[in-house]
Amino acid sequence: MITGFARHRRSKRIIATFTGFEAELLRSLAAQLVELLRNEAAVPRDDTDPFETLMDFSGPETEPDDPVLARLFPTAYPSDEEAAADFRRFTEGTLRDGKANAAIAIIDGLEEAGLPPELTEEGLMFDVELDQPTAETWLRSFTDLRLALATRLGVEEGDEEVWAAMPDDDPRTQAHDIYDWVGYLQETLVGALRS
Amino acid sequence: MPSTVRCWLCHAGEARTRLCHHGRVSAAAPVEVEPEITPDETTKLAKPWVTIVWNDPVNLMSYVTYVFQKYFGYDERKAEKLMLEVHEDGKSVVSAGSREEMERDVQAMHEYGLWATMDKQE
Repeated sequence: MITGFARHRRSKRIIATFTGFEAELLRSLAAQLVELLRNEAAVPRDDTDPFETLMDFSGPETEPDDPVLARLFPTAYPSDEEAAADFRRFTEGTLRDGKANAAIAIIDGLEEAGLPPELTEEGLMFDVELDQPTAETWLRSFTDLRLALATRLGVEEGDEEVWAAMPDDDPRTQAHDIYDWVGYLQETLVGALRS
Repeated sequence: MPSTVRCWLCHAGEARTRLCHHGRVSAAAPVEVEPEITPDETTKLAKPWVTIVWNDPVNLMSYVTYVFQKYFGYDERKAEKLMLEVHEDGKSVVSAGSREEMERDVQAMHEYGLWATMDKQE
């Protein structure tokens, strides 16, 4: 991916070119988010590969213990437990559905644009074209994906140097690169939406 | 019997027979000379709750600005000012209103992935 998202001058649609590999990666992140949001009693997966474990944020803990879910659905009333519980009861279901549907919109969009159910073809590239409302949905879901990855990775304010100094063969380096890449997608998408 | 009633929204001392432009509210206000109320206190009465957005290490500055413009309808300058407050001070009050209104705003911020809470106006 060289240019990220940009608004096409004539059609006004927002377009990005994806490689099959990139699209597959984004689909897998979105699918995991859907699983996490939909599966309240997610069973721990038997992954021994540390990279796989880091990338798997459809984690084992049920909400609100799971830190990703805790970040996606913050406590609205920090100093009023009862009001906070009420707020959660009335909003969390809707918010979960909204976030799951937004992630599904990414999966659908990628598949409609040319991502096959199983990626086998090497060198596959295709354009993803989004209208304004769909682009806004993708934008929101990129935030959820980044929050999920960052929570699993333990990203903190001003820790860029820590990540830059991490050895290439550390599984966290690769996961952090993916986090950065989704950030790049989101930055270009905000730019395209404003243009 | 006092001769004027003060509108608690616009703080104007109006003759009893006249209604200020907040007439609906002043009509319901007590017919007494109220103690001096500062504009800040007036806002507090009308908008007792606030939505607070907190800084996080993840959300992009451009995205936060975009959300403030898109959801609240703030112009770019105001949206950017609030975003910078979040970024530099760790938090910013982004809206004020009734409890129900603030619950809507907080829910919307959560929909956008921003870390928002609500509180009574200080």
